[in-house]
Amino acid sequence: MKKVFTKPKCLKDIPFHYCPGCGHSIIHRLVAEVIDELKISDCVIGIPPAGCAVLAYNYFDIDMCEAPHGRGCAVATGFKRAQPDKIIFTYQGDGDMAAIGTAETLHAANRGERITAVFVNNAVYGMTGGQMAPTTMIEQKTTTSPFGRRSEVEGYPLLITDLIATLKGPAYVARHSLATPAKILATKKSIKKAFEVQIKGLGFSLVEVLSPCPTNWKLSAVDAYKFLESKMEKEFPIGVLKDVTKRK
Amino acid sequence: MKDKVLMKGTDALAEAAIQAGCRCYFGYPITPQNELPEYMARRMAEVGGVFLQGESEIASINMVLGAAASGVRAMTSSSSPGISLKQEGISFLAAMELPALIVNIMRGGPGLGKIAPNQGDYYQATRGGGHGDYRTPVFAPASIQELYDITMYAFDVADIYRTPVMILGDGMMGQIVEPTICRKRQKIDLPPKDYILDGARKRPSRIIRSLILDTLEMEEHNWKLKRKYDLMRGKLPQHEEFMMADAKLIIVAYGTAARIAKGAVKRARREGLAVGLLRPITLWPFPTQAIQEIAKKVKHFLVFEMSTGQMIDDVLLALGGKAECEFYGRPGGVVPTPMEITRIVGRYWVQKEILG
Ligand SMILES: Cc1ncc(C[n+]2csc(CCOP(=O)(O)OP(=O)(O)O)c2C)c(N)n1
Repeated sequence: MKKVFTKPKCLKDIPFHYCPGCGHSIIHRLVAEVIDELKISDCVIGIPPAGCAVLAYNYFDIDMCEAPHGRGCAVATGFKRAQPDKIIFTYQGDGDMAAIGTAETLHAANRGERITAVFVNNAVYGMTGGQMAPTTMIEQKTTTSPFGRRSEVEGYPLLITDLIATLKGPAYVARHSLATPAKILATKKSIKKAFEVQIKGLGFSLVEVLSPCPTNWKLSAVDAYKFLESKMEKEFPIGVLKDVTKRK
Repeated sequence: MKDKVLMKGTDALAEAAIQAGCRCYFGYPITPQNELPEYMARRMAEVGGVFLQGESEIASINMVLGAAASGVRAMTSSSSPGISLKQEGISFLAAMELPALIVNIMRGGPGLGKIAPNQGDYYQATRGGGHGDYRTPVFAPASIQELYDITMYAFDVADIYRTPVMILGDGMMGQIVEPTICRKRQKIDLPPKDYILDGARKRPSRIIRSLILDTLEMEEHNWKLKRKYDLMRGKLPQHEEFMMADAKLIIVAYGTAARIAKGAVKRARREGLAVGLLRPITLWPFPTQAIQEIAKKVKHFLVFEMSTGQMIDDVLLALGGKAECEFYGRPGGVVPTPMEITRIVGRYWVQKEILG
């Protein structure tokens, strides 16, 4: 009998620790499937963040190196410069990528560093208990914006992916969402493209994934996916923002 | 002597690193060490290595982390404020047991301070610097030849003990020019780099991490590091003794301060005072035992630092009350003359009625 659905080869047989309904498990799987399909598990090095995905190295059966909070793109730069023939990717949350690590992210992108960033935007700091993130939306309540984010006090959500798309160094920049199975498939296609762009040596690639955090959003899993589609996708429009392979 | 060349401190350090096989340099400009990255920018291109100016010291030290985890000899350099920014990264290197060289060409502080030579970062360098229970070997060369030799050696120490290593100098050490023999690397037996991440090809996948959630496992990691530091305490201490055989008063000074003190010792000797110099070359591990040996016969010590007094703590700890110890310091970027130190020695000599 032919199996049509199996665990990706480069995921270890260990249950994820993530909360029910959390998007990290899905995104781990998508990245793992892409690594399998591209047959790069023996030449890929992953950089998990400080964040909910800090333990990603327990799940992926590939070489992985932890990075200090926010410094994923700098650590990845060190790896790539030292081993240009290896495939390097970071996996980062929104606090990691767009608050503490803004400088490292923008500059790696601007240098056209041949690395791939998988950027998980859940609009909160998940690991530390649901505080306000740079991507928290106006009026969204978090533990450190208990009255809802106010633009006059906390400023606006930072669309770092849009910012990166304006730079010359990046080769592929896209934003996707996990809201529906179709969108999940599109996310995977995009992650695969981002890795392919790196393999071809075209420049920096980044895929932002809008991802639910039912626990810290204080919503049921079902409602969290609704929130993802109705609220987050409005603030963070999905689509490919830059793709140099599409140019003549 | 024909293989001696005139070299500036920063250039000697950079060239020694290249000769030692360092192939990745990451750094962010700051005076007084800019000639070092500038030299590296040219030289790395010649030897096919990597030079990259990071967007900050934080980025640079994390690039070093990635290169070190790749198995390449990697380094960064900076000066005081920049070294403060690198501390989180150094702590991670120590935790992950990754080898790397960090150079601090100290300037006056605190804050932005002043770019003149200063020794105010001794505590930061020798007490771990960043957060957590760790140590970093610290070398304080006092001549350009020594700077060159120690740089090469520092990479071996980093690899042998799998640890970040620091070279602590100041603007003076960076700028002075002295005849130097650019030795080639002596190959020594180094442990295999069986921890590096280069893609899990024909071997199980590996992880490099510092997060250890199990308390007992975390404790064991701390004890493991401690055992390593104890090993270093036994093997690494180095110091120089100058005119100490018959000395009744010993100056303890390192780096640039030791160069000044050496001049002061020579002057004092001309005035008939039996003064010697003990110069720690390693600041961590500190040459505690050497000082304790000497304190069995010499009862007067004078610590001279270009700060308000930091290394004196280690000297006092070593002496444990077995000898008298005074301090003289010039912080803020002041570089005193040997004559000034001779005067201090003379005054001390009279006050304590040390008999020649
Ligand atoms: C220097 C430093 N500051 C703060 C922290 C604490 N910290 C760990 S993860 C995190 C934020 C996580 O949020 P995010 O990056 O959005 O990822 P998520 O957990 O939501 O997936 C913070 C603030 C840290 N580890 N290091």
